[in-house]
Parts: sequence; C-alpha cells; structure tokens
Amino acid sequence: MKAGTVRRTDFRYRLGLNLRAVVGRSYPRIVGANREPSWIFFEALLPLLGIAAYVFIYQFFGNQAIAVITQSTATAPWGMCGKHACADAGEQAQYLAAVNANTNALVASVVLGGTMVAFWLNVLWSMASQLYWEKEIGNLQLYMMAPMNRMALLGGMAVGGMVMTSMRAVSTLVAGVLVFGVIFQVASPLLLLAVFFATLVALYGLGMMFASLYLLWGREAWNLSALMEEPIFFSSGFYFPLGGLLRIPGWGPAIAIAGSFIPASIGLDALRQLTLGSTAFGGTLWIFDVTTELEILVVMAVLFLILARYCLAYLETLAKREGKLTSRHQ
Amino acid sequence: MPYAVETRDLTRIFAGKKKRRIRRKRATGEGEDHLGPVTALDQVSIQIRDGELFGMLGPNGAGKTTLIKILATLLLPTSGQAFVAGHDVAKDPFPIRQRINMVSGGETSGYGLLTARENVWMFSQFYGVPSKVSKGRIDELMHTFGLWDKRDAKVRMLSTGQRQKMNMIRGFVTDPDILFLDEPTLGLDVNAARVIRDYITNWVRSQKGKTVLLTTHYMAEADQMCDRIAIIDNGKILACDTPENLKRMIRTETTFRLEVDTIRDIASFSSMEGVKNFSHTDDISKNRTHLTFILEDEGPVAEILSAITSQGKKVHSLQKSEPTLEDVFISMVGRGFE
Repeated sequence: MKAGTVRRTDFRYRLGLNLRAVVGRSYPRIVGANREPSWIFFEALLPLLGIAAYVFIYQFFGNQAIAVITQSTATAPWGMCGKHACADAGEQAQYLAAVNANTNALVASVVLGGTMVAFWLNVLWSMASQLYWEKEIGNLQLYMMAPMNRMALLGGMAVGGMVMTSMRAVSTLVAGVLVFGVIFQVASPLLLLAVFFATLVALYGLGMMFASLYLLWGREAWNLSALMEEPIFFSSGFYFPLGGLLRIPGWGPAIAIAGSFIPASIGLDALRQLTLGSTAFGGTLWIFDVTTELEILVVMAVLFLILARYCLAYLETLAKREGKLTSRHQ
Repeated sequence: MPYAVETRDLTRIFAGKKKRRIRRKRATGEGEDHLGPVTALDQVSIQIRDGELFGMLGPNGAGKTTLIKILATLLLPTSGQAFVAGHDVAKDPFPIRQRINMVSGGETSGYGLLTARENVWMFSQFYGVPSKVSKGRIDELMHTFGLWDKRDAKVRMLSTGQRQKMNMIRGFVTDPDILFLDEPTLGLDVNAARVIRDYITNWVRSQKGKTVLLTTHYMAEADQMCDRIAIIDNGKILACDTPENLKRMIRTETTFRLEVDTIRDIASFSSMEGVKNFSHTDDISKNRTHLTFILEDEGPVAEILSAITSQGKKVHSLQKSEPTLEDVFISMVGRGFE
C-alpha cells in the first residue's frame, strides 16, 4: 500500500462511493441469507399455511354459493340466483360463472396479499428494526464513521431486502398459482411492473424512515413491529380487497383510510386491478383507478424517501450530541 | 505546524440518567451513584504530529474512548474544538471520514453469515475502495496477520483473536492516514497481540504521513510502541511526553515492589512519612498481595516491612526497580489501574 492516497471529493467520486456502499450493504442480505437452507422452510413454506387458511375460507363460501345456485327445489327448479329463483339454465350458468370468478378473484387477492406480506414483514423486521440491531452488534458506529452518505446505507439495506424477499414473494406467487389454481389476467405488464416497483420503493422508503425512528425508540421498536403486523394485515387489506372495508358503515372507512397510509394498501389495490381486471368484484371494491393509485404511490415514495433522509440526519445529530445511539455502551 | 490531530480545551459532558429513573431509584432505595452529569473529558488539549504513533494511557473510564469517538466524528464535544487532518470534527466531518478508520478491542462488528474476507470487503465499500484494490489489500493483510487460512471461514466461526485480527484488517484495508485504535489488543493472547503490535508499529514507521492514536491500559504496550504518551485520568491529561521523559520525571523517586501474603489493612501505608504514593493488587489464586511503593528515598522501607510483619504477614519478595509507566501513573494519580 502506498502512502499519501489522494482524497477526492468531486461528484463522480461521491456517486461511486455511494453506489459501492449500496452494493456493499446489500451484499450480506442477498448472499448471507441464502447460506441458510432453512430459509426455504421459514420464508417460503410456512407463509403458505397462512395464505391457505384464507383461501380455504373463501373457497368454502364459494362452494356454499354454488350449492345454493345448483340446488333444485320445487319452487326453484334452476336453483337460487341471488334472492330470487333462477329463471332458466342460462341465468343459473351466468350466476355460477360470477361466483367462480369472484372466488378466483378472492383467492388471487389472498395470493397477491401473501406476496406483499413478505415485503411488509421484511420492511418491519429487517428494515425498521435493523439500525437498532446494527447498534447492538456494534456495526452502526462503523457505518456512521464511514464517508458514505447515510442514505446509501439505508438504500443498501432496502435493495438487499427487496432482492431477498422477492424470492419468498415469487415462491408464494408460484405456489398460489400451482396449488390453488389461481388465474391471473395481466393486460398491461409494463404498468404492472411500474406499480410493483413504485409500491416497493414507497414501502421501503417507509421502512427507511422507520429505521431511524425505531433507533430513537430503542427496545420499544420490537413492540411497535409486533403491533404493526396483524392490524396492518387487516387495515391494509392484505387478504381481501380494501374497498370491501370502505363499504362497511361506521368504522370501516376510518380503518381503511388509516391503512391506506401504508403503501402496500394502495399498491395491492392497483396490482389486483391489473391482474384480475378492473371489473372483478363487479368493479365496486376498488379504491381508485390504477393511474391515480400509481400517482399516489410515486408521491408516497418521494415523500417517504425525503422523510427518511431527514429522520436519519436528525438521528445522527442526536447521536453525536447525546452519545447514546451509536454505541450500546453509552 | 499542521497536526494530524489537535484538540483545544476539549470537554465532553454526558447528561446522565433521566429524572424519571432518578425518581424510581430514589423510590426503590437504590444507589444514586453516577446518576448526574458525567464529565468524560475535561479541557483536553493535545497535538499529535503527522506520522506519530501517539499513545493515550489511562484506566477504564478515564475518557480515552470518548476522545476517540469525538475524533472519529461519532460524538460532538460539549465545548472546545477538535481537528483531524486540519478539519473541525463538528463542522466538516466528510474529509475527516475519508482519511480515518477506527478499530476497537473486543469488537463484535460484521455479519456472522459472511466470511472474514467478505466482511472486510463489505466495510471497504463504505469507503469507496474499488473491489479489485480492496480484495488485493485484504489478501495481503490476511497473509500478514496470519488469517489467510481462515479467509473463507464464516465470521461466527472465528475465535476472539482471529476476529480481532479481522477487525484490524478492516481498519487498514481503507488505507487511512489516521488510525484510531481503542485497546486493540484487549483480551488477546500473547502471539496475537504481538502480531498486531508489530504491524501497527511497522505501518507507521515504514510509510510517510501515517498516524496512529492508540489507547490502551497496557503499560508495556504503550511503552514499547509509542513515540509519545498522554496519561489521562478522570478526563484530564496529567502528562504528555515521550515514554523516556515520563519515566525520567520520577527517576528521583524510588520504586519498590513487594509480594506479601494477602493483606487487608493497607490504609496505614499512605500516612507513612516518605511514602509518596502506592498501589496494590490482590492475587487471589496465590493468596498474595502485590504492593508498589513510590518513595521519596529508601528510608521508609524498614517501616513498611515492619508494618507488614506486625500483621503476621510474610514478605515473599522485595524488589527495587526502575520506574515504569505504571509507576509514573501511580506517582501522578495515587493509585494503579486496577
């Protein structure tokens, strides 16, 4: 090694430095996680059980509805079409097709929700709580001492998390299609990709913001993450179309609006429209049209990234002033 | 003259425990020690020259780590100023961060699932070191530190010594101009510590413009390695000079070391005439007490021996010795490091 290394500060140098930092920090997530074969069981197979529960419930309701339609009685020889007796075989077939389509749409909603759950759990436990853990194992002060931009650190965590979680998400999606026989109809693949990436950026932007806040809150972060699991699954419509919650009088809209602040809610709604068709569920259970939802996601992504930047800057100043955050000993 | 590190009246005060915790402790009757503000550094002024291996010697809690954290841009001073490579740590941290690195003893940083090589590479990326350069340096340093055989071992499988060698490699891989080493040989076996000491010394001596600030409470380590040493206690710099000059300061005094049966009543020694300072450590396994006396002259020795034997304790050895850095510390502070 030679002495007197020239230290550059120009834009090109800083860009290179921060890109290297992103790659460096994402590396342990992408490579390290795949060194544990147990992840296949915990990350891919176990989540399927949770999804299966919802799928079986929806399929049960679907089968019940089909039984009502196909059950012939003296007053309704072609079965019941809603609240009235089916007029003929044609109307009965129409109702059967509608029930099957609805059941498929519900199961597909669950499968899509299951893929998004993987990202949400990753954001909660591997993004939001991460800086706290980095502090505990002594990495945080080394990160804070390095010349890289702090957003590169969070960016690396996010990129690594996205790549790692995509494996779980893809396996959930594939299993959903193979095991539960879900049928997707993708009309605009490019728009679908745009919505998916906007959702991920917004979601991980939120995680980056949480990462700083969690560090301030310390151990209470654990409780907060636990608090944001099941209630968010419900309020964000991970296992059902969120528009259904909006239609419940009284508390429904309030919870749905609160849940919509999580980008996964709006993202899922748009993804479901793009993969099931906007006419699924009679077109009545969507919050906004896809374009509006994409715009909201882009705004959320930018907003959360900016907030994450300021939260981290505030955290760093606080850490340096109070000396409590970079080292577990202080 | 530009200094690699310079501090001017640097003071750092930690706020202490919150009122709520103080109230709870009072309510439960727990002790209230260390609840208030703690002055970790008290108007510390030092200058470390470019290319110097500078030691900071002091007991636990003296303020060594706090000083390093301020210089490493991890902490802000409460008052005073600190400059590293000519830049103010509070106002201009970026150029400082490009030039520095820090390694602490007993560090547990890194990720257990990555190999030693991958871990060091990852940290080098945060300094923008190109991968090819980084990997070349890592291989070279792994050979030097005797860690080559473990390069592909997962970090969680490394022993304490191997892990500390990996941490040292992390510190050197970014080719810093100024390296902060906070007790780098803490808890290491003799061989591992020697490898690290030799490398640090050689790194500073063989290259121009490389500076090391080493904190330690191992006297021999500081004596052997450092060009100059600052002795720090309770956040204050008590003395700062070359090891020889520091020892020369107390050469007019006489140092005696005694090994005796474990002795409890040691308070009487401090009041003896001619005893400037003394320290003691107990060796429980051997049931012995080691006493070190800094005397104005040899006069009080007979009285000390008499005081020990009058308690029915046996004197196993008595040695007059050349002053060490520990003696300097005892002479200044009135106690040893233990």
